[in-house]
Amino acid sequence: MEKYYQQEVECATPEIMRGIQNEKLLKQVKHVWDNVPYYRKKMEEKGVTPDDIHSIDDLHKLPFLSKKDLRDAYPYGLLGKPLKDCVRIHSTSGTTGKRVVAFYTQHDIDLWEDCCARAIMAAGGTDEDVCQVSYGYGLFTGGAGLDGGSHKVGCLTVPTSSGNTDRQIMFIRDLQASIICCTPSYAAYLGERMKEMGLGPDDIPLKAGIFGAEAWSEEMRQDIQKTMGIKAYDIYGLTELSGPGVSFECSEQNGMHVNEDHFIPEIIDPDTEEILPVGSEGELVFTALDKEAFPMIRYRTRDICSLSREKCSCGRTLIKMAKPKGRSDDMLIIRGVNVFPSQIETVLLNLGYAANYQIIVGRVNNTDTLDVHVEMTPEMFTDNLGEINRRQKELVDSLKSMLGIKANVKLVAPKTIARSEGKAVRVIDNRKI
Amino acid sequence: MAIKQISVFLENSPGKLDEMTKILADAGITLRALSLAETKDFGIVRIIVDNVIETATILKEHAYISSMTPVVAVMVPDIAGGLNKVLAALTSASVNLEYMYSALAGGKGGNAYMILRVEDIKKAEKALRSAGFRLVEKFPD
Repeated sequence: MEKYYQQEVECATPEIMRGIQNEKLLKQVKHVWDNVPYYRKKMEEKGVTPDDIHSIDDLHKLPFLSKKDLRDAYPYGLLGKPLKDCVRIHSTSGTTGKRVVAFYTQHDIDLWEDCCARAIMAAGGTDEDVCQVSYGYGLFTGGAGLDGGSHKVGCLTVPTSSGNTDRQIMFIRDLQASIICCTPSYAAYLGERMKEMGLGPDDIPLKAGIFGAEAWSEEMRQDIQKTMGIKAYDIYGLTELSGPGVSFECSEQNGMHVNEDHFIPEIIDPDTEEILPVGSEGELVFTALDKEAFPMIRYRTRDICSLSREKCSCGRTLIKMAKPKGRSDDMLIIRGVNVFPSQIETVLLNLGYAANYQIIVGRVNNTDTLDVHVEMTPEMFTDNLGEINRRQKELVDSLKSMLGIKANVKLVAPKTIARSEGKAVRVIDNRKI
Repeated sequence: MAIKQISVFLENSPGKLDEMTKILADAGITLRALSLAETKDFGIVRIIVDNVIETATILKEHAYISSMTPVVAVMVPDIAGGLNKVLAALTSASVNLEYMYSALAGGKGGNAYMILRVEDIKKAEKALRSAGFRLVEKFPD
């Protein structure tokens, strides 16, 4: 029996959802026009006023916001509420440039936590569950978001934050944690450690994991599910839009339901900015409908994916987005070819390697080089050098056919690629361009 | 009569073999034989020790990846043509030799030991025995 946190919106008819969105959008556009001079100027430049917006069909008239706007307006330029009404900030890791600092009123935090609560219940969570939050707590949104959601569902919340893996495992076992929330790479690491400790899926009380904040492949999901004996659910979000919970997976595990009553998704052609029909692949754009302190309208996420309106067996009518192929920030252009780390991961896991790898990009004589370092695993090791060479060649060939360019593969000793407790460092780009 | 060889994955970079043998030395493990097979990036170190289980456990604790492979250790007279007689015995029994190396420990009375990795261990053992060779399980101290 499927349980919902807010069934009336999660399973609303298209007419009801449209009604909610229309009402909120009009209010939000007025709020931004009145309170965010930076965005008002953008609207004026485009010749749009709130009077031109009558329904969500007019969304396309509004200007986009990009990461560049966030940097230009840093730190207070996009603030929609006086600081005295704001109660918290969160911030991005700043790996792709200047940090993004997002502001929240209590109302914003409430809505965000509702979104996370929906995700936890979609993963089978109820007030009977013990939910361990192993995302980092602090500036990063992962810990705070899932912590809040877990409280709203009524789970017994175990706020371990990230790190201290053996203690994480001790809490999971001693408190019989049934749900764990963390990054997928940390989940894989936890699973690896549990295996080392001799714990099989039957010794691990967890039944579900909610994993997000970085791109991960379907093969990695299968691996984690098998090692820990759980169902692994994807969750998506961005600090700019509040954090995790913008969209979440249900038991179907084939796409994430977007919390459409708070975030309207659009897919655009990243080059022409033209809106693409549902089902096409392109850049994901979100309009946050009711965020007060940091109201993002038509924010370009740089994530590449597609949307689907297909009926879902879980009963939710919320539109689904496919797992992003990768943030366009993660995309590497090597010898003119677009390469996503997730493609490399897929090949590795398909051939039986573990998800412990690092991609090193360099430049020699004005030509890009691509090196993939992969840790040897007990399963892949054999005394037969010829066999290892054969497998290595197989890996090189598979990468070539997946990526279209040749990668050098180096097998490295176990545990030599640094494990991350938060987002994994998958790519080292040594090119000085 | 086959003995177990431990094969260890090592990166091909300075100090890696040193690191590994230091760990074994600290644990008081005596190496009876050792051989290296290398590629540009990595190598496989093959070792023969007295206490296979203990050694494998120590290596695992230090995050090394290893596997065990059955090999034959044969005593060979340390004279010209000694090794050739071993190989001749294998050839006449049509046993394919994958690789071999000599043990660090010399035998008493002018004997050496060779470690042989063959496709068909049973066949190899039979061929060597009937040619009068002694197969060993333990190496003299």
